[in-house]
Amino acid sequence: MHQLTLAEIARGLADKQFSAEELSRSLLARIAQLDPQLNSFITVTEDLAIEQAKAADARRAAGENGALLGAPIAHKDLFCTDGVLTSCGSKILTGFKAPYDATVVEKLKAVGTVTLGKLNMDEFAMGSANESSHYGPVKNPWDLTRVPGGSSGGSAAAVAARLLPAATGTDTGGSIRQPAALTNLTGIKPTYGRVSRWGMIAYASSLDQGGPLARTAEDCALLLGAMAGFDSKDSTSVDQPVDDYLAALAQPLAGLRIGLPKEYFGAGLDARIGEKIMAVVEELKKLGATVKDISLPNMQHAIPAYYVIAPAEASSNLSRFDGVRFGYRCENPKDLQDLYKRSRGEGFGAEVKRRIMVGTYALSAGYYDAYYIKAQQIRRLIKNDFVAAFKDVDVILGPTTPNLAWKLGEKNADPVSAYLEDIYTITANLAGIPGLSMPAGFVDGLPVGVQLLGNYFQEGRLLNVAHQYQQVSDWHKQAPKGF
Amino acid sequence: MALERSEVEKIAHLARLGLNEGDIPQTTETLNSILGLIDQMQAVDTQGIEPLAHPLEATQRLRADVVNESNQRDVYQAIAPAVESGLYLVPKVIE
Repeated sequence: MHQLTLAEIARGLADKQFSAEELSRSLLARIAQLDPQLNSFITVTEDLAIEQAKAADARRAAGENGALLGAPIAHKDLFCTDGVLTSCGSKILTGFKAPYDATVVEKLKAVGTVTLGKLNMDEFAMGSANESSHYGPVKNPWDLTRVPGGSSGGSAAAVAARLLPAATGTDTGGSIRQPAALTNLTGIKPTYGRVSRWGMIAYASSLDQGGPLARTAEDCALLLGAMAGFDSKDSTSVDQPVDDYLAALAQPLAGLRIGLPKEYFGAGLDARIGEKIMAVVEELKKLGATVKDISLPNMQHAIPAYYVIAPAEASSNLSRFDGVRFGYRCENPKDLQDLYKRSRGEGFGAEVKRRIMVGTYALSAGYYDAYYIKAQQIRRLIKNDFVAAFKDVDVILGPTTPNLAWKLGEKNADPVSAYLEDIYTITANLAGIPGLSMPAGFVDGLPVGVQLLGNYFQEGRLLNVAHQYQQVSDWHKQAPKGF
Repeated sequence: MALERSEVEKIAHLARLGLNEGDIPQTTETLNSILGLIDQMQAVDTQGIEPLAHPLEATQRLRADVVNESNQRDVYQAIAPAVESGLYLVPKVIE
């Protein structure tokens, strides 16, 4: 039962091959048995899951037949879940049982999904390896000595290991797409503003977007359709109707114009990954796509700009963790300053402290123009590159990551080396466009991801291309040994 | 431009982050390596380029000035480290 996709689960539940309760019990047993190897869950909500599964079965018995009614999922542990620990992978949120549900959680509950638990992540979503979590690193099910990517590493590892069919994630600089690539999944970061950020603990508010990770594009379409939509509680939510992503899947690719940016295939890319990407391009050509070489000349400036904008916003967002209103407080503070400083100093991990300090510095008097404004100017140059490119092509295709999943601990000594792994993903966040990663094959037994970038609100087109590719390939059906 | 130890201490103070004495040299070194990466921006010609704050260039949405939240003090204080009689407790601020 654990090999089923969301679409197959929907059919199985509709045909009464199994009940939502049976399915959830089976996956909960699998999590108990296998997750100790992976550490993908921070909290397993067994009682809640059984209760929700029974309620879903009752709704189905009463005549409802929604595609996600009774579908088991889990949330990245930065989506607030009413009454359940929401840790953001941080010590500073010790004991924080959120007093409300995030909009994404509420929407997925309303369509009848069953929540199996909360998934491990880099602390405050800051990381590309899921090694900065207070709850310990997550292992990649394809090789337990390697990282699963981050920051949605728990989501990726759990879905790749068939502990559940799909999960929510968030993507600020690649945190859905990069772990999807390193674990052989499909994941999509929607257009900025497409999915509500309300109740999603903020890292960098002008970049953060929630989205799904699953094993197929079809499942991503199912889940994104339920997650997306206008929310008056999120001031940057976009008030426009959500496309029918499932209907978009079937469109033939004849006439699809693909752009290949030369900057994505330069030095720094593992040549073996490059070969896999070009093999995908050949398959898409057979399906009727045409290919054009393009250039995104400002891509090279994206990492420095991102590492100003994201930390600057983080330093402001994370000021709310003060040891007064919720979460961790230090022992015996001698005065209020001591309470703030020690609660935050003891509560945040090293990477979070680094980014808060970089952001504080970039925003401080005398440096604001040189850093923050400069970064925002570069941000516009990056957006302009995409606007120009999308005049001639429908989607942009390239690798999701320059390298394969690396060994646990390999990049810990030098944070900058890990930052460079985000090179292909962060431009989509800076420009606010949607991006998708899907399986493209294996090198030395490790998954390779291909990335598709689309124009604003072209999520349906990206899912369509991925789905059509998945009809003629079977990389996405490969499961890691032992899972 | 490399940060000195004293500047790192000042930034930590501005961010209200208590650093362990022993961690400061390593923190200084790492911050300097990150700033080295960031400083690559200075080579980019951005003369006359309007800064981009919001990818869709959206402006703040307004809403009617009406009450739309109920008071949930008890719910929110149930998860606070220290409260008494509906108030958050902190160390004495005024002598």
